[in-house]
Amino acid sequence: MSYSAATEPNGQPILQMRGITKAFPGILANSDVDFELKKGEIHCLLGENGAGKSTLMKILYGLYKQDKGEILYKGRPLVVSGPADTLKKGIGMVHQHFMLIKPLTVAENLVLGNEPVKAGFLIDQKRAKAELLEISHNFGLAIDPDARILDISVGMQQRVEILKALHRGAEVLILDEPTAVLTPQETKELFVIMRKLIADGKSIIFISHKLKEVLEISDRVTVINHGRIIGSVETSKTTASQLANMMVGREVELVVQKSKAKPGKEAFRVENLTAENDRGLPALRGVSFDVKEGEILGICGVDGNGQTELVQCITGMRKLASGKVTLNGKDITNLPPRKCYEAGIVHVPEDRQKHGLVLDFTVAENMVLQNFNKKPFSSGINLKWDVIKSHARKLISEFDVRTPDEDTAAGSLSGGNQQKAILARELSRTPSLIIVAQPTRGLDVGAIEYIHRKLVAERDAGKAVLLVSLELDEIMALSDRIAVMYEGRIMGIMPIEEATEEKLGLMMAGSVPQASKGVM
Amino acid sequence: MADKGKNSALKELIVPLTAVLIGIVLGGVLMALTGVNPFEGYKALILGCFGKLEYVSETIVYTTPLIFTGLAIAVGFRCGLFNIGVEGQYIMGLIGASIVGAMDLGLPTVIHLPLTMLSGMAFGAIWASVPGFLKARFGIHEVVNSIMMNYVALYLSHYLVNGPIKDPAITSPYSREILSTAKLWRFFGEGSPIRVNMGIVIAIAAAFLVYYLLFKTTIGYQIRAVGFNPEAARYGGISVQTNIVAAMFISGAIAGLAGSVQVMGIQFKFLDLFAFQGYGFDGIAIALVGKSHPLGVLPAALLFGILQRGSQTMQMLAGVPKETIGIMQGVIILIVAAEGVVKGWLPVRRILGTDRRPAAKEVGKA
Repeated sequence: MSYSAATEPNGQPILQMRGITKAFPGILANSDVDFELKKGEIHCLLGENGAGKSTLMKILYGLYKQDKGEILYKGRPLVVSGPADTLKKGIGMVHQHFMLIKPLTVAENLVLGNEPVKAGFLIDQKRAKAELLEISHNFGLAIDPDARILDISVGMQQRVEILKALHRGAEVLILDEPTAVLTPQETKELFVIMRKLIADGKSIIFISHKLKEVLEISDRVTVINHGRIIGSVETSKTTASQLANMMVGREVELVVQKSKAKPGKEAFRVENLTAENDRGLPALRGVSFDVKEGEILGICGVDGNGQTELVQCITGMRKLASGKVTLNGKDITNLPPRKCYEAGIVHVPEDRQKHGLVLDFTVAENMVLQNFNKKPFSSGINLKWDVIKSHARKLISEFDVRTPDEDTAAGSLSGGNQQKAILARELSRTPSLIIVAQPTRGLDVGAIEYIHRKLVAERDAGKAVLLVSLELDEIMALSDRIAVMYEGRIMGIMPIEEATEEKLGLMMAGSVPQASKGVM
Repeated sequence: MADKGKNSALKELIVPLTAVLIGIVLGGVLMALTGVNPFEGYKALILGCFGKLEYVSETIVYTTPLIFTGLAIAVGFRCGLFNIGVEGQYIMGLIGASIVGAMDLGLPTVIHLPLTMLSGMAFGAIWASVPGFLKARFGIHEVVNSIMMNYVALYLSHYLVNGPIKDPAITSPYSREILSTAKLWRFFGEGSPIRVNMGIVIAIAAAFLVYYLLFKTTIGYQIRAVGFNPEAARYGGISVQTNIVAAMFISGAIAGLAGSVQVMGIQFKFLDLFAFQGYGFDGIAIALVGKSHPLGVLPAALLFGILQRGSQTMQMLAGVPKETIGIMQGVIILIVAAEGVVKGWLPVRRILGTDRRPAAKEVGKA
């Protein structure tokens, strides 16, 4: 496959990176990378996790020094001493994790590190506010200068980050996965802001791995894979599947094909669950739903609305304050994890490295994490290594886990293969309820396709599947019914036929649906 | 980690062997700097350790308790615990064995000997279970508690050997001599200056047993899972609390066994301690150099046994300050531990309880 470079449009290049090479011990993160940003364009840098996007941007931002290659900014070589210097020269970055001081106000955050002072050392609050109002007026980004960061929404926080960069005179903005933390509505607002900035003469590098957004907002796309540039295309002349091809290097099915569900009898039910989070604050405030055999119930919501605690509560990892959990008519409320598993639950946890795997264990050891002490893997207190290993070999080939062998440490597998290993282990335990949380977080399109297919296959085999995901696209692609969680409550449950992105987005932001059926 | 090919086993040895080599070279340089011919110095070390059958025996006698304490620390490390209380558990082992060994119950050797050994183990195990329980139940760091328990053990032993268990027949603060039915067989007879005894066999057997326990049983699987990743262990249905207590119990039992064997094979009684003997603290270094692997602990303990025994003869025969050996040991430990930190088999932050990483919510980044 070859992808010709996009034809030269009118804009002059404001930024050029040429032949950038950066090696870390063991990996070549960037290899002879060329990247060009024209003035007044939104240029998307698209690639899988680990493809080298962040490394490239960190080099540009002055956090890393390239081994080879040069950067031209406005036609002149760009040499910076560090991020502060880069910002001074006109390149600002909005990180995925915000760099804001939460107890301080918006205005205080804006001027942080560059505070207007009066009487020698006092922060001139008035001027800080005036500066904020001026800049927010200039760019049409309304914001309350006196609000404290911890009181405003994530979307607003992002707005503060953007204003911060603009305030320092950024002409080029790097947005690192800016939509990862936003609701669909907030994403739309962000896109409006981005267009406004372009109209004001700014240029934007937009880092993402979400094809849909890339197609919607960017002018050009550069795809990077394994540290190399695969090609640059004009967005108007490409399609989602072409981009997916470039990212993965083969044909990919973006939305898994599935037939209509044939739900059977109720398999799993939770009633009025309440629980607290780690800080002792209410995380679940009366959650009820059921999952039937042969269907996928998707739970969507913005991160931090109780999804994590919900999954922990029904898998024995967290205590419920009240409520009832039943699996196949059997009460399993507040049973410890091992009892939950014995009752027929399997659980693909949201954090595969913290919970899903013991990274220092071999793949074989990980494959029996829940049943190492059960037949046939042990007799009495002795482990039967030959059985454990052959079990692992079987799962490795069945689920196409790419690993040198079963004695390799799980930590040395790629994220996608770690996830496949967990999925293999969980599905091999003949479940009656499959709980999957964020099953494809951080995975490449190829692995996502594989995992989606497996989940649909399990559904078609009559299993009840509970899918919890922050990716609305994933929820909509897989679920037969969708429940929306907001502040520890289920805002509503609707069949997939009735679900639209807009409806779900509103519910994710806390508004009660007008006329949706089946609200509990 | 359980069963790997010979190649990877050899690979594992590269760093420790290099570390020893660097330690030897550096020790030589130090000797040269202090005006001693390094070759003379090392000759004295070798001769002091292996020059006569009696010296070989003494080297083995030095090594034996170090094997046990190294194993005890290694078991803790495997569960993510830093049992710095091995020193105190060893003292409790000395006490337990000397009390039961001196009891005249009319028991035959086949019962009295294992009973004496077990009582030392039990004393050590119970001593270690206290910090284990406090860690599991209340999350109090085991380092703090087990250090305090060391001092309690030391002063408790002072009290006991000056009072309740003191041999009234003599003025020195010694306990009564254990009966011959509780003594380990000395290969060259009890009167011979060659003190090597069954203790070394028990120590080597213990290393293989611990290896079996850690890598071939469900108990070891759980301990290691908790040690590597307590969150994942909990997710897998493994009780973190139970395993913390179990690992401390086992670790303490091995430390107590060191005391039993010392009493039953060498001392035959409890001799008042004026300070810590340091076997428990050396065990930390030995577990590190042996990479927390039971079979790695064996050569590591031998190395430390040789260095300590040899340091005395070096000082006597070649005039090399004893501290030279201390510096060598330090260098070896540093190099091996550095590898462990880099490669991750030594989870320093977790063991020391300074792991402040936020409850990971890493959205995978490129």
